[in-house]
Amino acid sequence: MAYLDHAATTPMLPDALEAYVAAAAHLGNASALHAAGRGARRLVEEARESVAADLGARPSEVIFTGGGTESDNLAVKGMFWGRGDAEPGRRRVLCSEIEHHAVLDAVEWLERHEGATVSWLPVDAAGRIRMDVLAGVLAEHGDEIALVTAMWANNEVGTVQPISEMSAVCDEQGIPLHTDAIQAVGQVPVSFADSGASALTVTGHKLGGPAGVGVLLLGRDVPVTPLMHGGGQERDVRSGTLDVPGVVSFAAALRVAVAEQAATAERLTLLRDDLIARVRHAVPDAILNGDPVNRLPGNAHLSFPGCEGDAILMLLDAAGVQCATGSACNAGVAQPSHVLLAMGADETLARSTLRFSLGHTSTQEDVDELIAALPTAVERARAASAT
Amino acid sequence: MKVLAAMSGGVDSAVAAARAAEAGHDVTGVHLALSRNPQTYRTGARGCCTLEDSRDARRAADVIGIPFYVWDMAERFHEDVVDDFVAEYAAGRTPNPCLRCNEKIKFAAVLDRAVALGFDAVVTGHHARIDAGVLRRSVDMGKDQSYVLAVLNSEQLSRAIFPLGDITKEQVRAEAAERGLAVADKPDSHDICFIADGDTRGFLTERIGAKPGDIVDGESGEVLGEHNGAFAYTVGQRHGLGLTRPASDGKPRYVLSITPVSNTVTVGPREALEVTIVRGKRPIWTDGVARTEPIECEVQLRAHGEVHAATLVADGDEVTAHLRAPARGVSAGQAMVAYLPDGGGDVVLASATITGAERG
Ligand SMILES: Cc1ncc(COP(=O)(O)O)c(C=O)c1O
Repeated sequence: MAYLDHAATTPMLPDALEAYVAAAAHLGNASALHAAGRGARRLVEEARESVAADLGARPSEVIFTGGGTESDNLAVKGMFWGRGDAEPGRRRVLCSEIEHHAVLDAVEWLERHEGATVSWLPVDAAGRIRMDVLAGVLAEHGDEIALVTAMWANNEVGTVQPISEMSAVCDEQGIPLHTDAIQAVGQVPVSFADSGASALTVTGHKLGGPAGVGVLLLGRDVPVTPLMHGGGQERDVRSGTLDVPGVVSFAAALRVAVAEQAATAERLTLLRDDLIARVRHAVPDAILNGDPVNRLPGNAHLSFPGCEGDAILMLLDAAGVQCATGSACNAGVAQPSHVLLAMGADETLARSTLRFSLGHTSTQEDVDELIAALPTAVERARAASAT
Repeated sequence: MKVLAAMSGGVDSAVAAARAAEAGHDVTGVHLALSRNPQTYRTGARGCCTLEDSRDARRAADVIGIPFYVWDMAERFHEDVVDDFVAEYAAGRTPNPCLRCNEKIKFAAVLDRAVALGFDAVVTGHHARIDAGVLRRSVDMGKDQSYVLAVLNSEQLSRAIFPLGDITKEQVRAEAAERGLAVADKPDSHDICFIADGDTRGFLTERIGAKPGDIVDGESGEVLGEHNGAFAYTVGQRHGLGLTRPASDGKPRYVLSITPVSNTVTVGPREALEVTIVRGKRPIWTDGVARTEPIECEVQLRAHGEVHAATLVADGDEVTAHLRAPARGVSAGQAMVAYLPDGGGDVVLASATITGAERG
């Protein structure tokens, strides 16, 4: 079996699993005042400090959430409302066309239900956000903008964006930038302070921690309206009793992922480049999508002209090779990827893609298995498309 | 064999997939997404293409322990089944969409794709049997679906597996429960899966448009009422005619024929429905061998309809059935299916599309 879908979720790191089990055995509500509560709180605050240190943030900037989707929604909706409350004229959101649905759908919801005006930021053929368009919109509409949201690295095609450059131009006009860094953390260096972003999303299950635990790094002076009301446990911005083992395990995973980032990146880049070269050798008309240089070390995203990604995926799955088409499903029916469409692909090409994503457990054997199974799968998928 | 099990989300296809897996086949489950917009089709447990059905199918596949995928067949289904359904009614005929779906989707588009992808056969939960390449009725005569499968040719049949033909529906449900399949108690789907509320006339009117016309007595030529579209009527229909005047003989009237050109629905007494000669075209011989000599057989003229002893005469693309006793309510567009009675399950010999019928 070859698991080539680490961008969807990656196995828990041993440290994270151990930390989870140890913390799960503890009794205590981190908000309680007695000894048990203090014990739980200590675990949470140590985790917070550890996360802050690993991501170049201050502990007070770390807000624990129920995962990446929640962090993205909190940032996008919370910052839109928060800024709009202070300055009612700011109702415009700038959003890249290649965001994950957790951001994209939140922005579209604001447009439909909250009267937001959206400026969609286009990307070039390699999936790089067009800085000239960003600058143009900022110049034209600077005083109407509530926030800019642009992902650090794309989950489908792996293109890495110049986030600090973007936040610098936003900052000139006092406009906050949120970045979804879910795919970036552990793969490329990420520092909240150096990025200049006002808010940054991370999730546990993409870096060797548990699913259902995430973080929103949020600048101290960024106004945010909470989405969930209750006990105000996290800086009055996020309510709900904290998942202590989840938070502790998240911090343990992040610690390892960040400490080993450089070595992991080097190893995965070699493995990934080998994978791409061998796929192209096996299927000469395969096309590599995304930025050839500034891309996530573990990401190989390819189009197979004349095939449906779905069909190859099924055949590879039957051969024990697990990968993704990378695009979202609607009722189980694969949709053409909005990311590929934004990059200028037509619908047919946008349906012909597969994403192979590597992670901490990936080996040369995984690539070998893929290369052994791929040619037959592509040939059959091509025949099926012709029926 | 490497087989593809079409899983609708119902109990039959779930048990069929489980039986195929147990028989040692390498089974992959596939749910066919047939609606362009999954929410627009029937909600609840009656249909076959809702999100809930897709989830039920996936859940069953997980319990059986087979891979599961959704195939998007919406475009093909619309062109070949839904549009054809509307066009047939508009032309004054009465189509059978389940039969068309088997002919054009399940054992054509899906089968072709499956074969290209390396599968040997398609498994479905139809109640019918294939032994030694011969299509036969199910042991459960009440649930038998051989009529809607009779359009398959020998090549299609050679790549079809129907694991349920030798058990009854009741046994299917019991077996589903034994296997821990949650769909064991799911109500049967019936009617037409793409007409969400079961209102066929409304569905057709929406697509063809209301076209008021006369309802005419076949014998006297008297106008007995008005209709909103001749397409909404079926030969043999008695109810819902909305006649404004009684017929001169005071007896109930039945739809005898539909004439789209003049937009008239012709009605008459029950006896006038009786026919002994049924004509059809485009015969499909399930064993691939066209018959030239007259054949003594039984013909069935609609789904779940009664059978009639007949002599079948085929001449190239045309088939005529001479019935021993009259049949009533024979509609153009339906299939005429010929069976050879057999103690081990009637054998399906051929099917043809009915073009007309008359009194001999
Ligand atoms: C870029 C990106 N944003 C958001 C998410 C959603 O995160 P989560 O699964 O933790 O809700 C994912 C992963 O699915 C992702 O890759």
